[in-house]
Amino acid sequence: MSGLLSPVAALGRSMLALLAYVGRVAIFAGATVAHVFRPPWYWREFGWALMQIGWLSLPVVGMTALFTGGALALQIYDGGARFQAEFAVPSIVAIGMVRELGPVLGGLMVAARVASSIAAEIGTMKVTEQIDALVTLSTHPMKYLTVPRVVAATLAVPVLVAVGDSIGILGGYLVGVTRLDFNAAAYLKNTFDFLELWDVTSGLIKGAVFGFIVALCGCYFGMNSGRGAQGVGRATKSAVVTASVLIFAANYILTEVFFAA
Amino acid sequence: MITLTHVHKSFGDNHVLRGVSLHVPKGQSMVIIGGSGTGKSVTIKSVLGLVEPDSGRIEVDGREVHEGDRDAFLARFGMLFQGGALFDSLPVWQNVAFRLLRGALKRPKEEAREIAIDKLRRVGLRAAVADLFPSELSGGMQKRVGLARAIAADPEIIFFDEPTTGLDPIMAGVINELIREIVTEMGATTMTITHDMTSVRTIADRVAMLHDGVIQWEGPISEMDGADDPYLAQFIRGRADGPIEAVR
Ligand SMILES: Nc1ncnc2c1ncn2[C@@H]1O[C@H](COP(=O)(O)OP(=O)(O)O)[C@@H](O)[C@H]1O
Ligand SMILES: [Mg+2]
Repeated sequence: MSGLLSPVAALGRSMLALLAYVGRVAIFAGATVAHVFRPPWYWREFGWALMQIGWLSLPVVGMTALFTGGALALQIYDGGARFQAEFAVPSIVAIGMVRELGPVLGGLMVAARVASSIAAEIGTMKVTEQIDALVTLSTHPMKYLTVPRVVAATLAVPVLVAVGDSIGILGGYLVGVTRLDFNAAAYLKNTFDFLELWDVTSGLIKGAVFGFIVALCGCYFGMNSGRGAQGVGRATKSAVVTASVLIFAANYILTEVFFAA
Repeated sequence: MITLTHVHKSFGDNHVLRGVSLHVPKGQSMVIIGGSGTGKSVTIKSVLGLVEPDSGRIEVDGREVHEGDRDAFLARFGMLFQGGALFDSLPVWQNVAFRLLRGALKRPKEEAREIAIDKLRRVGLRAAVADLFPSELSGGMQKRVGLARAIAADPEIIFFDEPTTGLDPIMAGVINELIREIVTEMGATTMTITHDMTSVRTIADRVAMLHDGVIQWEGPISEMDGADDPYLAQFIRGRADGPIEAVR
């Protein structure tokens, strides 16, 4: 009997563990938000984080968007040709980019680049007692390390997404005009005629949420890093994996919400 | 001034502190000795609240340490960490002057830099070191920068975790003198962890030996050599045979 039930018990245990884990991350998130609104604010750290997360992620996000926009144009042309809808390539590329692929791919690239580096940096600070040193120097690690990074990511990722959207549309345009014989002016007209402001805004909102998730995961796993180089390695891996999964989950939930609205 | 009463702390199955009781009088230099891994660092970290004890009381000036204003409490302390714990994103002088560049003790940048350079000189480092980054320094130099940071804001209570480990004998002598000076001139209360018996003899007013999770012996430095505690005797004479097992 107990042999039969043990998989169920194991499943129950891991569900409880998962819930406890989600609870801890949620508490961390709540504490972070609470600290955002209370001084002191570390502006230098914030500026540094904006630079690291925003500016230095531009090449990665731009390249991703460019190639994705190009591939998207080819795929939609191919698929659209099956029911004589090739003309819709520009608007579908644009809508697909700004509503879905721009934010999701941008978020994932930032997760790979930023969640990992934040987790490794803060994790190393943890194992070399730098976090303890901060505390003894009367500086709250959450205010000094977490808040600047989370706020910077929440503000910077939407901007990255906007840039990525434009570059993605450009990628589609380049492929459309050079490979698929679209007229340049007609391609642009078709792109913007059907694009609504809400398409863009909803994508930017996703970007802000993804940015928050990425920096939060990096900080959470860094702060809770185990001891030694292995501990930091595990923290880095968990930060990237968790941030990526949470981005997909949040993307679905946000899309449902926007869909219903 | 600092009083620990029956402090217990375990990490999983590892029962590190099993009822540590210790009193450090104001203005005195307490040195904690004991084998590596016996919980000396955990003991001083629990006074600062960096480690939460499982049970027991820790009081500073008769007040439980986790009650009251934490910023005001921490502002009275300086701490040298065993590994230095310098912030590797900041140049040396900003590490030393960290407390003077933000928060309640904030000074103008120029003044903070001057204080930092002065403290660096006191730990035997040239002013040129001020603009280097911690990763550009040797281990012993990092340790001394950590020491300069601990004393930068002239705290009343200072903890030194293995201040001379990794230093050459001459530099170790300089640091021992400096710690002694801080106690006698500034009237600071200090707790120092060390394995170095020369250090113990230079720095200590009182000595406490931690073994098996409790304070095995505690008393004034003058009584250390004559004490008949077998653990203490083995430790201070560095013998392989005795009640302390070599394999721990
Ligand atoms: N954060 C921690 N997590 C788990 N174990 C720890 C932690 N800090 C210290 N320990 C363990 O506590 C014991 C005492 O450590 P420590 O106080 O650093 O020894 P030492 O007397 O050499 O300073 C060691 O076995 C160490 O592994
Ligand atoms: Mg130690």
